[in-house]
Amino acid sequence: MLLEKEKKGVEDAVWDFFCSLKLGISMLILMATTSIVGTVLKQGQSIGEYVQERFGRLYPDGFPPDLTQAGYDKIKDGFESTYRFYDAFNFFDMYHSWWFLAIMALFAMNLICCSINRLPRVLKIVREPELAPEDKFYRNMSNSVELTATGSLSEVRDKAAQVLAKKFAAGRVTEGPDGRVHLFAQKSVFARFGVYVTHLSILVIMVGAIIGVRFGSKGYVNILEGTSVDSVGNRDSRQGEIPLGFSVRCDKFTLDYYAGTQRPKSYRSDLVVIDGGQEVVRKSIVVNDPLNYKGFVFYQSSYGESGSASYRLRVTPRGGEPIEVEGKKGEHVALPGGASLAVTNYVASHQNMGPAIQMHLNTPDGQHGTPFVVFQNYPGFDKKRGDAFAVDLLEYRQSFYTGLQVARDPGVEVVWVGCTLMVLGTIIAFFLSHRRIWITLCQEGGKVKVLAGGNGHRNQPGFALFFDDFKKELQEKLS
Amino acid sequence: MNVSGLMSTQILNYVTVGYFAAMVLFFAYLAVRSEKVALAANTLAWVGLLAHTFAIGLRWYESYQMPGDVGHAPLSNLYESVIFFAWTILLIYVLIDLKYKQRSIGAFVLPFALFGMLWAQMSLSSNIEPLVPALQSNWLTYHVITCFLGYAAFAVACGVSIMYLFKVSAEEKQAAGGSISGLTALFPTSRILDDMNYKSIMIGFPLLTLGIITGAAWANYAWGTYWSWDPKETWSLIVWFVYAAFLHARITRGWAGKRAAILSIVGFAATIFCYLGVNLVLSGLHSYGS
Repeated sequence: MLLEKEKKGVEDAVWDFFCSLKLGISMLILMATTSIVGTVLKQGQSIGEYVQERFGRLYPDGFPPDLTQAGYDKIKDGFESTYRFYDAFNFFDMYHSWWFLAIMALFAMNLICCSINRLPRVLKIVREPELAPEDKFYRNMSNSVELTATGSLSEVRDKAAQVLAKKFAAGRVTEGPDGRVHLFAQKSVFARFGVYVTHLSILVIMVGAIIGVRFGSKGYVNILEGTSVDSVGNRDSRQGEIPLGFSVRCDKFTLDYYAGTQRPKSYRSDLVVIDGGQEVVRKSIVVNDPLNYKGFVFYQSSYGESGSASYRLRVTPRGGEPIEVEGKKGEHVALPGGASLAVTNYVASHQNMGPAIQMHLNTPDGQHGTPFVVFQNYPGFDKKRGDAFAVDLLEYRQSFYTGLQVARDPGVEVVWVGCTLMVLGTIIAFFLSHRRIWITLCQEGGKVKVLAGGNGHRNQPGFALFFDDFKKELQEKLS
Repeated sequence: MNVSGLMSTQILNYVTVGYFAAMVLFFAYLAVRSEKVALAANTLAWVGLLAHTFAIGLRWYESYQMPGDVGHAPLSNLYESVIFFAWTILLIYVLIDLKYKQRSIGAFVLPFALFGMLWAQMSLSSNIEPLVPALQSNWLTYHVITCFLGYAAFAVACGVSIMYLFKVSAEEKQAAGGSISGLTALFPTSRILDDMNYKSIMIGFPLLTLGIITGAAWANYAWGTYWSWDPKETWSLIVWFVYAAFLHARITRGWAGKRAAILSIVGFAATIFCYLGVNLVLSGLHSYGS
């Protein structure tokens, strides 16, 4: 007997522990403080990167000349053992560490238990409101009034019901066995559930995150202009390539600059999805506007030059006919008469005058000429240089590859449902109040005694103001 | 002061001077207890806010007048964000002023806005820069507005909490037989201050929640990951945890009053670290383009 009682005591204590607000607050504060670690220590660092970073901070101006190899090794050993110490606690991947996940799991348990614990009480308040209160019920209320009305009970009841409906909400009439008549009305019942909607939303977001980790994948891929891929690399290096089940071609990558500057304005990749041998989707993606196909989303992330650039020039020898010259950046291209030219650089905009190349001409005896600039938008301009050859830039073409992030996250919709619930839940919980009004009428002598009272589960001062107004209306109409 | 050629920056210089004068008058009000001084201070704050609003709108317009298609909402770099933060603080202040009509609060709320304005106008570059591709999104506007309205509500909660601590110690002295004197005489009662602290956080918390969510939605839209434990994201979550703890602690007894005030101040310190500390001390995605 005694043992059983004790056992029950332990179970209760465990249950109370998981339900307690104290646990919830402790978990919130624990998550807040432990999370700081991962913002101070760079996540995903290797021991080498860590040691390098620490040395960088110790000697920001380079190693001092009097530092011996032994001294260096000693400091390095110190840094390495610090790294191993932190690493033992998973501090370099702390948000996925067992202990951080355990804190979150405990937090989730707490949310579930406290909701299970409290919901029945709230449901009872909502489903079974007091419909036939006694006089002392009103006396305990902070907003109540007692008045006397003339007329029959049913007349007063109808008038009171009218006031209630006009000023608040339609009431429910209950006739007691003792001849007393009660009116009850309520508003914003769901305000009671705001807290639980918020709690639920956190759990929904957690479920969405778990679905994403379990069934989603994060990849990346570089696609050369004009080529296509049918699988992408996995950002988690422990796992292999991610097959797409279709292929993606990049027709063109374009880098635009703000007019007259070197500031990138947009990175654009013209992508084509080929599924079952058919071109199914064509889309130009930019940062902030990805391509979505069969659950895979392709995001513009980086780019790079691939191979050397090619160009087309129109070269006019002094007094001769123009010829067209093609070449690759950096190479020397022969010109009639033994001279040669080389294009060494290209900028999208030079001195606010649009695209330009830097180049030089070599004389037939191999002498290196002075570099000069040719603008694409000003044909004929180069003649003014007065050299043996005048040059116009017709086309300059650099091949690029586009770097894409690829993500598939089947949990993301669940996360958005959770986020929506969270916004709704917090707004309901903080700004809406479940308000109730009771009115009880009873025959006393030739008159009717009227008791009225009400409360709001939140924003009491606001309700008090409203109730004053309601009281006035009731007094006016009933007496 | 800031001497860029922009008209809006000029106006913001005057706004800064106006806020400074308003703050001085608010302090003077606490000392001399003249309602006229309070009215002058409050009028300056209101006029300052109007000019501030106009200047932000003008800067927006000016960005579209610049060559090279650089027009965008003025919410994109550190200068613009600090100016906007100061604006949201004033906005929340005037809303509280309309509801509570407690002028002494101005003395504790305006300094936050003034520090921001001084910093922005004296040492941050006010040039209008074209948006880098990553920031070219409508989410930027939603994200910044919700976050900063939340931050401003927390700033007000912090100011009110500081007042609370002063007021409570004055009230304790009074209860011990002393007379209530000095600057705290015109403060609202500690009960009202405590309630204002709670209400400000109640407004700030859903806004911060919305700010974090719009940030996550944007990150998902731009990079395909709604959460990557980047230091800024993590710190915003830390701030969220602190205020969630505050709101829950209030339900249990013993956590209203002094402890709530201290927690509110700690929460705002975390907010400021999230806003500035992360950028100045740590590294990550929110480097304001620098």
